[in-house]
Amino acid sequence: MTALIALLRRDIQVALRVGGGALIGVLFFLIVVVLMPFAVGPDLALLKKLGPAILWLGALLASLLTLDRLFAADHDDGSLDLLTMSRTPLELICLTKAVAHWLVAGLPLIVATPILGLLLNLDGDATLAVALTLLAGTPALTFTGMIGAALAVALRRGGLLLAVLVLPLSIPVLIFGVAASNAAVIEPAGFGAPFSILCALSLAGLVIGPLAAAASLRHGLD
Amino acid sequence: MTLIDLANPTRFLSLTAKLLPWLAAATAILLAVGLYQSAMAPDDYQQGATVKIMFIHVPNAWLSMFVWGVMSLSALGTLVWRHPLADVSAKAAAPIGAAFTFLALVTGSLWGRPMWGTYWEWDARLTSVLILFLMYLGLIALWRAVEDPSRAARAAAVLTLVGAINIPIIKFSVDWWNTLHQPASVLRMGGSTLDKAFLIPLLVMAVAFSLLFITLHLAAMRNEILRRRVRALQMQQASQPRA
Repeated sequence: MTALIALLRRDIQVALRVGGGALIGVLFFLIVVVLMPFAVGPDLALLKKLGPAILWLGALLASLLTLDRLFAADHDDGSLDLLTMSRTPLELICLTKAVAHWLVAGLPLIVATPILGLLLNLDGDATLAVALTLLAGTPALTFTGMIGAALAVALRRGGLLLAVLVLPLSIPVLIFGVAASNAAVIEPAGFGAPFSILCALSLAGLVIGPLAAAASLRHGLD
Repeated sequence: MTLIDLANPTRFLSLTAKLLPWLAAATAILLAVGLYQSAMAPDDYQQGATVKIMFIHVPNAWLSMFVWGVMSLSALGTLVWRHPLADVSAKAAAPIGAAFTFLALVTGSLWGRPMWGTYWEWDARLTSVLILFLMYLGLIALWRAVEDPSRAARAAAVLTLVGAINIPIIKFSVDWWNTLHQPASVLRMGGSTLDKAFLIPLLVMAVAFSLLFITLHLAAMRNEILRRRVRALQMQQASQPRA
């Protein structure tokens, strides 16, 4: 347990220091959201309608792009080999790394959501709904993405291949995330069902993600 | 005769060499019978002759799912039992599965044009089959991205199994999303109560397509084994110093 806490602290520290690049995901999120009005036009009513979808797409892409480094940096400096050889189960190590990654890369996206909501003309309730659904849904994105990141390290290929493999798997999260956010604005009674499913997806990812990532790391690093 | 006996590629090659002509002949006969019966089937009172697309479309759609199942079993064979032919089977099945999925999409879209008045409708079934197609393409991209087949095999096996868990979730979420966005705007087939005149040709076609898959799959596995042998020989030759 102490080893896992130490790993969590180390991962967070490494990500926050110079060269970690944790906050670059938020910057990317901001830029994607700012690009949208240029593509669809500065119509505030339209942006309000599309707002939750734009925020969710931005968060999805931002969390995907930062995932590339989840195992790659540790693989480059050799610490991943030490981690796989340690006595702690690799599944728990993967879980800890995912949690650390979510804390430094996922949580800032949620914190940034209210400001970006203002840009998209979302009112208070809608912004709150999007932030809540992101809070419930981004862990699922991190856990599915972690599988892709582990595969990418095991194969020494990253970038586009990772995106092509992971994006289809994240469609359910996107569907229920946007549905719950929209339901909160249009008819609050419909918020519960998609939101619960979103939480369920995150919990399922919590189980499957570390298992699959550990399996591909174990088979890939030899 | 167990799966372990097939672990020797040479034995597998000799066995399939005997088996393949029979399989191919059975496929051809069943396909001919199925196509004849489909052509003779009566027109639907609502859809007219276009209902005959169903006899091609539905077997393709079934196989698009079935092939992922075969690949998942092969993935288990790679990861759990380390069966030497499991990754050959998984690799050979992926392009065939993608082809069946693509045909299901194309025939579905051609069927949709006279029925719904559009080639593409964001209907729940079409959408989930499209996502399945994308996942097949991703898997093929993974196979092609890595040179060493055994390394790619294990990664592809993990991805195949994750996909197998995810496909029902995707199917469910797309159904849910579809009913949310466009309730009952799509003309549907007359439920599952198919008349016998349609059911029998459909079943014959389904069996014929399954046989077609098995034939193509075995042939592709043979090709893959031979391709690996050629590659091994080439590597060997390249590593030998010139006389």
